[in-house]
Amino acid sequence: MGTTPSLADHDTTGTSSDGGGPNGGRLGALRTVAAVAAIAAIIVVLAVSASYLRDENANRLLQVLLAIALGVVGVWAFYWAMDRGVSALPEALSERVRPIVFVGPAAVILGVYLVYPAINTIIISFMDRQSENFVGVDNYIDVFTKSDTLTSIRNSILWVIIVPVITVAIGLAFATLVDKLSKRSEASAKSLIFLPMAISFVGASVVWGFVYSFRPAGFGNQIGILNAIWTALGNDPINWLSVQPWNNAFLMVIVIWAQVGFAMVILSSAIKAVPSEIVEAARIDGASEIQLFWKVVFPSVLSTVVVVWTTLVITVWKLFDIVYVMTGGRDGTSVIAERMVTEFFKNFNFGAGAALAVILFVAVTPVMVINVRRFQAEEAIR
Amino acid sequence: MTTATIAGAKKTGLARIVERWPVKTAVWLIAILWTIPSFGLLVTSFRPRDDIRGSGWWTVFPDVWDKAHWTLSNYQTVLSTGGFANAFLNSLAVTIPAVVIPITIAAFAAYGFAWMDFPGRHVLFALVVGLMVVPLQMALIPILRLYTRFDLVGSFPAVWLAHAGFGLPLAVYLLRNYMGSLPSSVIESAQIDGADHFTIFWRLILPLSVPVLASFAIFQFLWVWNDFLVALVFLGLEPRSQVLTVALANLAGNRGEAEHLLPAAAFVSMVLPMVVFLSLQRYFVRGLTAGSVKG
Repeated sequence: MGTTPSLADHDTTGTSSDGGGPNGGRLGALRTVAAVAAIAAIIVVLAVSASYLRDENANRLLQVLLAIALGVVGVWAFYWAMDRGVSALPEALSERVRPIVFVGPAAVILGVYLVYPAINTIIISFMDRQSENFVGVDNYIDVFTKSDTLTSIRNSILWVIIVPVITVAIGLAFATLVDKLSKRSEASAKSLIFLPMAISFVGASVVWGFVYSFRPAGFGNQIGILNAIWTALGNDPINWLSVQPWNNAFLMVIVIWAQVGFAMVILSSAIKAVPSEIVEAARIDGASEIQLFWKVVFPSVLSTVVVVWTTLVITVWKLFDIVYVMTGGRDGTSVIAERMVTEFFKNFNFGAGAALAVILFVAVTPVMVINVRRFQAEEAIR
Repeated sequence: MTTATIAGAKKTGLARIVERWPVKTAVWLIAILWTIPSFGLLVTSFRPRDDIRGSGWWTVFPDVWDKAHWTLSNYQTVLSTGGFANAFLNSLAVTIPAVVIPITIAAFAAYGFAWMDFPGRHVLFALVVGLMVVPLQMALIPILRLYTRFDLVGSFPAVWLAHAGFGLPLAVYLLRNYMGSLPSSVIESAQIDGADHFTIFWRLILPLSVPVLASFAIFQFLWVWNDFLVALVFLGLEPRSQVLTVALANLAGNRGEAEHLLPAAAFVSMVLPMVVFLSLQRYFVRGLTAGSVKG
């Protein structure tokens, strides 16, 4: 309620500053007052809407619209008010303070959401399950000796070895083949492969949950296409997701299915960048299409292959959703990132969860450093 | 082998066509294989409950035009009593600000890094870039504890700011590089005309940065909309506040009684990202290459 008059203040400051008049003393004072009022208004709006957003009985659509408006307008209003506030300061001071307005919020957010938690997680990993006492490296010893965490480490390593290579191979093969089609069929075939990229891993899990659907023999028709084909060939139905160790492979198929599009699109643009004169010259020299691929195309896209591969390594290493939704890590399918969430979110063992997070972090760092370096080099050329 | 060599040696029009056929077939076989799982789910989502439970989706094909095979009731149930209309709204309420907030914060910071002179800006920027290596898993436990202490678990701003934090290093980095490459003469002449930094940023730099802003926005939109982990941990399982991915995972979790609703629910969660994705593919591909360094 008390917000309306201060909102009007916003407008007056807006117009007066846009007018760009000289910084007269009276105007400066007016601006200070307005800026303070604007900040106060933001706080009041936030407080009022926060209580409305917490109201269990309110209309959800209104709440959602208010939340969106608040988030979107709020962040801009915040910067605007801060900038006005700084402008009200004496000029020599305001120019020194202004970078804080621009860079400060990002620094604060990064500090709160990445720097502090990362340090904190490392500390927690050396403490007991409730983070009450230091236990040294006990959590790490547990991780590397208990059979369930060892399984998850083994699986994660298998995932990282198998999935990126297969994904890149299929992506590259498809990108090479599709390059030989006409423009229009190329675009539509690519879209079909690429589309799973738009689907969440949870959605992909549902899609494949139906493919892998299982009814024990004598309990009705198989509604999963895999078991339907399998039983039509005269076999007994299989519960694909509980057959160790093959269930891991069936989970990997989902990620390969979802990520091939990514590999394909990036590799396809790399293939198109191979100079056509070189390709034609090799053709005239009598190179077969297969020779052409291995001797000309592949070497020129090798650096892109590495980029796609490292990206997939990171994605797969941090994979969580598919395992969590499909099997919950049962039947020997657990992976590190999934195990980490299970430890702290279900078992409330924060020490073990933090130790797994640190292992994840340490293992991913070299790959990330390579990726960021490469990216920096690429941006420098551009 | 031999045919390939001949085709390679002498490129007649006929040879090219003959050579294209196996390639064409292979491409379309893979494309169809890739589409079958989602296509099956799409067909399933429009089948009546007993059909879904009683037979595979491919059995509709002998007589596709029989109206008894098709129904919209799964979608109706999922949206009303299933709570997916609510979850859809929640996903919007999470995603839109979780895209706008990090872009805004990153854009201001990027401008600061690119066009403002202040002590320690190079060191600070290097630190931001370095933070790209920190996976979000490292942040979950401490942030959850922080949120629990301040009673923020389950609130939208809790998720917005978490996504802002996780997306910021990449966003600042991308935008800083882009803004830094804009001609300095533009900024200098604006400064001579008496424009302050805020005006230059708002009137000049932002409009010029639209391509990179769009790439990052689409990337972040798909990332947040499809995110399950952050939403699960910070927003939780409360039906009133849960987002689509969490609601869908829940539904998939108690398979037994709700199996026939899963396909419709899945498509409710996929429709918006698919539309965004298909209509803005071009920007997305550009964002993808950049996104490969997201931590």
